[in-house]
Amino acid sequence: MKSIYRAALAALAMMLSVAVTPASAQGTIKLAYTDPLSGAFAQVGDANLKMWSYLIDYINSKGGAAGRKFELVPFDNKSQPADALLALKSATDQNMPFIVQCSGSNIAAALIEAIDKHNTRNPDNRIIYINCGAVATELTNEKCSFWHFRFDLNVAQKAEVLVRALPKNITKVYLINQDYLFGQSVQRDVKAFLKQVRPDVQVVGDELIPLGKIQDFSPYITKVKASGAQALLSGNWGPDINLLLKAGFDAGVDLRYYTFYAHLAGGPTTIGPAGDGKVYSVMPNSENLPVEKGLKDADEFIQGFHKANPGMKFDFSSVSFRTILEYLQEAINKTGSVDPTKIAFALEGMKRKDLFNYDTMMRKEDHQVIMEYMVGQLSKGTKYDSEGTGLGWKVSAIVEGKDLMQPTSCIMRRPAK
Amino acid sequence: MEVFLVSLLNGLVYGMLLFMLASGLTLIFSMMGVLNFAHASAFMLGAYFAYSISLIAGFWVALFVAPILCGLLGAAIERFGLRRVHRNGHVAELLFTFGLAMVIEKVVQMSWGLLAVPYRIPALLDFPLFSVYGTQFPAYRAFMLLISALMFLAIWLALTRTRVGLVIQASLTHPEMARALGHDVPKMFTLVFASGMALAGLAGVIGGNYQTTSPSMAVTMGPIVFVVVVFGGLGSLLGCFIASLLMGLIQTFAVVLDYSAADLLARVGLTVTRSSPLGELLTMPLPRIGALLPYILLVLILWFRPRGLMGTRDT
Repeated sequence: MKSIYRAALAALAMMLSVAVTPASAQGTIKLAYTDPLSGAFAQVGDANLKMWSYLIDYINSKGGAAGRKFELVPFDNKSQPADALLALKSATDQNMPFIVQCSGSNIAAALIEAIDKHNTRNPDNRIIYINCGAVATELTNEKCSFWHFRFDLNVAQKAEVLVRALPKNITKVYLINQDYLFGQSVQRDVKAFLKQVRPDVQVVGDELIPLGKIQDFSPYITKVKASGAQALLSGNWGPDINLLLKAGFDAGVDLRYYTFYAHLAGGPTTIGPAGDGKVYSVMPNSENLPVEKGLKDADEFIQGFHKANPGMKFDFSSVSFRTILEYLQEAINKTGSVDPTKIAFALEGMKRKDLFNYDTMMRKEDHQVIMEYMVGQLSKGTKYDSEGTGLGWKVSAIVEGKDLMQPTSCIMRRPAK
Repeated sequence: MEVFLVSLLNGLVYGMLLFMLASGLTLIFSMMGVLNFAHASAFMLGAYFAYSISLIAGFWVALFVAPILCGLLGAAIERFGLRRVHRNGHVAELLFTFGLAMVIEKVVQMSWGLLAVPYRIPALLDFPLFSVYGTQFPAYRAFMLLISALMFLAIWLALTRTRVGLVIQASLTHPEMARALGHDVPKMFTLVFASGMALAGLAGVIGGNYQTTSPSMAVTMGPIVFVVVVFGGLGSLLGCFIASLLMGLIQTFAVVLDYSAADLLARVGLTVTRSSPLGELLTMPLPRIGALLPYILLVLILWFRPRGLMGTRDT
């Protein structure tokens, strides 16, 4: 009998402790952030986390929004959609207005679907999904959603930038991509733009590799060499691009590499000095962009990140996330509330100049951001080098947002205001 | 021809790395019946120890010291852990090593961080050794082949030419009899476990800068090492050797052979496209499922010949 009383007392104590936890009604504006913080892609998630911290500190120093400060709450999703949905549940349980995610279009697709259902069923506890890097084109086309806002260019747009950057003397290319939603999106869009913009280029090889599993890419490099390709085009990210490039340089094959993500944390280190002039990547910015454009404020802002994180060797590749926070700040200040429905209506169609003085816009039709993008070439002699390798990302070409207005098949269903 | 030669070389290198890992596990599994889940963890620790030691004393010192550290850790695990758990049976030992593997992974994450560490090939070995039809073969890979060949030779000599080795061989196939004859089997167990972990550590030292050194190393390499051990068969080091090379070559060649089941069927006159029944499956090219092949082989061997290629005892 005594043990039952003890159990009842324990249960009561637990219930009380939970009930007493204060609901933060007027506290910070919480952004749930979910990305892989462990596992094969931990490097990317971890780097993003540090960059977000710096940006949140910055926006809070500029007054936050509606008199409140922003706060980032990280959740490790281990690159699994199931864990990302758990993070979503935690976020909605704590009434967070925003969930932010950057890595993995498969995870993004799962989040979009789950959030659509949740927001329809819980109109008083809605959440907005800020997509900072899941770029499969479908997410703002067939799979578009009113609650999803993508703040990075999608695959089709990046593919267009990449294809336009191919020099005239390259006529044979090989494609290697990761075998999931995003990689297949790259494969499709790059081939479509090659046909449209560069019909003289022949695709001599086209591969899909398992995501995050391959340690040794030498067999693939063998195939690429045997095909006679002059350039390797790849949307791979994380270890899949780093190890691919490593294998290419180890084998000493004469190739140019046109990539989507060679510039992320760990890339330049793996490439090493052999990569001088051979590796290109499409990116929203490079640390040398403000130098070449003479933008002192942006330059100081970027270098401020390195001063604040002295042990951090990688580039401040996600500095454009500052634009996201500025959009949120403006939307919250304009509507005077943190109600996701009102914020969503305020965000769509918003226009701003970003920290590099380029025009950006959050398109109303599909919630796809229109922003400028550049092609970086890893070379010696730049003012800022990457990860202590002596090589930095030189600005090879810039494409403005207005030239990246691609059509969309999105049929946006809007809730009642 | 070029593709064949280069793939052969790369497959051999990967196969020998697998053998370095799998040989220790075969010895442990065969002799003690313990499915050592922490074996791949020793691989990871070997790489991390080598990274840290090489920062202070250079790669060559790390090459000797890191495996010894792994061996000492193995001896400690066996003496103070496994020996006590042993009396509770095989399942208990399995769970113990499983838990150990998780603990080691977390400790590594806490000590060296969640990200990959820049464990590099020593500058002395960082040059192309020769060219095969224009593709360079890095000297470090030749070094890997050399070390694994030397290791195989050393194990073989130790097992066949030394007294301890003969007792171990006996205990591999008839452990109860060896004990009944008065040999100190527990001491043999500690020796074998420690040696197995040291071998895995050596594989880690060599393989860590060939692949990436990160906390997910153990999870990536672990499953395929088990496949090799089961495929090669219990009690047989030669079987393990053949299985490792086979797996290494299969995984490497699978990437370069751009054929699918549909191509095979086309040879006999049956055309299969993506829209025909099972079309999606039959038109899948081999490279896309290359990583799956070892596990398919595992299922097949357990179905048709459970004692593995050259096993002397049933799994």
